[in-house]
Amino acid sequence: MAKKIIPYAVPMPEQDPKERIHNFNEVPLGYSPEMAIAEANRCLQCKKAPCIAGCPVAIDIPAFINLIAQGDFIAAYRKVMEKNVLPAICGRVCPQEDQCQKMCVMGVKNEPIAIGRLERFVADYAMQVGKTEVPQRLRSTGKRVAVIGSGPSGLTVAGDLAKMGHSVTLFEALHATGGVLVYGIPEFRLPKDILKKETEVLAKLGVEIQTDYVIGITEMVDELLDRYQAIFIGTGAGLPYFMNIPGENLNGVYSANEFLTRNNLMRAYLFPQWDTPIKPSRNVAVIGGGNTAMDAVRIAKRLGAENAYLIYRRSRAEMPARDEEIHHAQEEGIIFHLLENPIRIIGDEKGWVKEIELIRMELGEPDESGRRRPIPIKGSEHTLKVDTVIMAIGQGPNPLLLSTTPGLKLNKRGYIQVDPQTGATSKKGVFAGGDIVTGSATVILAMGAGRTAAKAMHEFLK
Amino acid sequence: MFKILKHAILGPQVKQLVFEAPAVARKRKPGQFVILRINESGERFPLTIADADPKAGTITIIFQEVGKSTFQLGTLKAGDAVLDIVGPLGKPTEIEKFGHVICMGGGVGVAEIYPVAMALREAGNEVTAIIGARSKDLVILEEQMRRASHKLWVTTDDGSYGYHGLVTDPLKEILNDTNKKVDRVFCIGPVPMMRAVAEATRPYGIPTIVSLNPIMVDGTGMCGACRVEVGGETKFACVDGPDFDAHQVNFDLLMKRLTIYKDQEKLSWELWKQQHGKCTKKS
Ligand SMILES: Cc1cc2nc3c(=O)[nH]c(=O)nc-3n(C[C@H](O)[C@H](O)[C@H](O)COP(=O)(O)OP(=O)(O)OC[C@H]3O[C@@H](n4cnc5c(N)ncnc54)[C@H](O)[C@@H]3O)c2cc1C
Ligand SMILES: Cc1cc2nc3c(=O)[nH]c(=O)nc-3n(C[C@H](O)[C@H](O)[C@H](O)COP(=O)(O)OP(=O)(O)OC[C@H]3O[C@@H](n4cnc5c(N)ncnc54)[C@H](O)[C@@H]3O)c2cc1C
Ligand code: SF4
Ligand code: SF4
Ligand code: FES
Repeated sequence: MAKKIIPYAVPMPEQDPKERIHNFNEVPLGYSPEMAIAEANRCLQCKKAPCIAGCPVAIDIPAFINLIAQGDFIAAYRKVMEKNVLPAICGRVCPQEDQCQKMCVMGVKNEPIAIGRLERFVADYAMQVGKTEVPQRLRSTGKRVAVIGSGPSGLTVAGDLAKMGHSVTLFEALHATGGVLVYGIPEFRLPKDILKKETEVLAKLGVEIQTDYVIGITEMVDELLDRYQAIFIGTGAGLPYFMNIPGENLNGVYSANEFLTRNNLMRAYLFPQWDTPIKPSRNVAVIGGGNTAMDAVRIAKRLGAENAYLIYRRSRAEMPARDEEIHHAQEEGIIFHLLENPIRIIGDEKGWVKEIELIRMELGEPDESGRRRPIPIKGSEHTLKVDTVIMAIGQGPNPLLLSTTPGLKLNKRGYIQVDPQTGATSKKGVFAGGDIVTGSATVILAMGAGRTAAKAMHEFLK
Repeated sequence: MFKILKHAILGPQVKQLVFEAPAVARKRKPGQFVILRINESGERFPLTIADADPKAGTITIIFQEVGKSTFQLGTLKAGDAVLDIVGPLGKPTEIEKFGHVICMGGGVGVAEIYPVAMALREAGNEVTAIIGARSKDLVILEEQMRRASHKLWVTTDDGSYGYHGLVTDPLKEILNDTNKKVDRVFCIGPVPMMRAVAEATRPYGIPTIVSLNPIMVDGTGMCGACRVEVGGETKFACVDGPDFDAHQVNFDLLMKRLTIYKDQEKLSWELWKQQHGKCTKKS
């Protein structure tokens, strides 16, 4: 018998925009058990389940949703954990509209099943009732593995290999683990507590965590090879790009990385209780259209900016940021300047930003990325009064490790070249994955790359 | 946690700490620095490694108390620990046999030039050192600098000790002495001093190296807070430096960028003073 179609997804309660622009608490509040069951009941339990193919780690989506519908949330959580050890994180930050939910059959005519919200629900539920279990660890193999970088790719490799019985050391340059999850994505999107709880599992699995340790500086990859039988490099794309326009070194111009790190990792929003400062600003321009730009502009608003502008050279349709975040930003009163691009930042006599000069753009033919190329419109230059400019136009590979590791082949964009089937690099015993291979991508893709590499490393160690 | 093994007071508001940091000690070369964080709510701030003992696994830092973080660091004693130390960061100073070199340090910059002078001397250079302070009681590391050099000048702004004048005065004397060839000048100190030294050597075309001290956060090239302009190009001081060709540096920009957080630094310091009842004056 055909199931009754319920066209709309159960909405997720959210903090009121008027309130949330004054705090850093999480915006979406999560489903209640009743809401989760109602949403789970919308799922058609398709035999072919195209949604699974849309998930880079192939979670058995209908199975876990079915368990929710039956009210067995812990079993549902375990089902998810078979494939994804960071479900509370992915449920929150995956671009579901481009992945699992994009493939959902329901989505053809109606709203797709809110798979991400359901995933988040089971993870949060398990945490609340204290049922997050430490996965079984196999007998020790006596093999030693080093994982470099503690972003989602590194966390996944460390967790997987520890479970397989290898002895794993995780090296992280910063003082905290999590990579972009800790320094980039703000508290109101991914509470640090969640991250902490999901990464605590690693310590329980016996992973040795070495923070404040920069590979390429504190120790070289080749030195690690003397102590470890295999190495995974998951150092991310942490080199901020600037536009190379006049005025970029004025006081008040930040890279998104700096702005985000000051706030998220160093908690500048709690200054002066916490020591790291951020300069309060009234008029902020954030340049870019990705998740990074969206995070930065929403933080700026929360720090008290009267006008927080988002300046993007293409149109809304081409914005790489997640739909949900664009929508949240709009609700919060972020002012979008689409089809505009900065050409110059103008300072005052003391070296502080006072204006930004923009030029209007129009869209031409699609470029290599498949998106329509923005073309400046001559004579459309105009200025905007701002005291802060945040560059969120993308990032590249940090050369610290790459330049100190002889024999490591890079591709023409400067990222590490690997065999996509295994993550193996040109250096024996050295594997890589995540943003340092693909360039800036997503949390779940980094995790997927970590999973692939972990399997191959396990084979290699046999 | 990184334990403090030794604590010493070198002068008014100048302190020396010896930390247990074996991984940093093993790799460290002159000219490199660490980034340190005292506790969970602390900021990350850079300090030069003044000395290191790879066998004992220790590093020495020397710092001037100028604000909240450095004053707080100054209250720690042997046996205490800080939460984070990462390094050795930055490119090491280029050490070679150049011939006759001049090593100049101003204020707490003396602590930073000391390891460089030592290495240059060991590399077979003739080392003339010039160190300066505002007055006699602020002169630090005089004995160490004497050992690291063949000739040492000590200058004080008020004439209370040594040569009465600025570090650039003896420098100019040496540069004007046609019998004395100078192959390279190294200088670490307050920005105005480094700028003055750059201007003094420029007409003679003598390669001059300064160590820049912009505000930093991560120290690994990830944030770009430490942007400086050298030869018209933007560089990240934490990975491209901190040493740069003095004749190419935009000192004006550096000065301006160092003032970004002035108001916040003051607030932070006032709060700290209130809570700790210290009546020491901020220098
Ligand atoms: C602001 C922002 C928002 C984002 N929002 C989303 C989102 O909503 N959804 C989504 O799916 N994706 C999002 N992304 C992208 C996603 O976060 C990344 O694709 C993902 O984190 C990449 O993971 P990774 O493991 O490759 O590396 P990273 O997360 O970049 O972690 C790399 C780690 O390696 C460390 N490291 C670097 N060099 C060294 C070294 N030499 N030695 C030791 N450690 C080193 C770094 O300190 C860092 O901790 C966002 C990215 C940013 C910047
Ligand atoms: C590569 C490098 C090496 C250094 N080595 C030494 C050293 O060996 N001994 C020493 O006494 N000092 C050194 N400094 C300077 C030292 O980092 C600052 O004095 C310290 O951060 C001041 O912090 P505060 O909270 O005590 O003072 P604040 O009141 O916060 O600041 C006082 C001044 O210090 C500078 N400053 C503040 N925060 C930072 C930061 N995060 N990074 C860099 N500068 C900052 C600013 O110019 C500021 O106006 C070095 C700086 C750099 C960049
Ligand atoms: S991990 Fe991401 S893509 Fe996979 S099911 Fe969960 S939300 Fe969808
Ligand atoms: S495609 Fe959609 S409706 Fe079908 S099983 Fe997957 S989530 Fe359920
Ligand atoms: S301190 Fe962040 S890039 Fe230099």
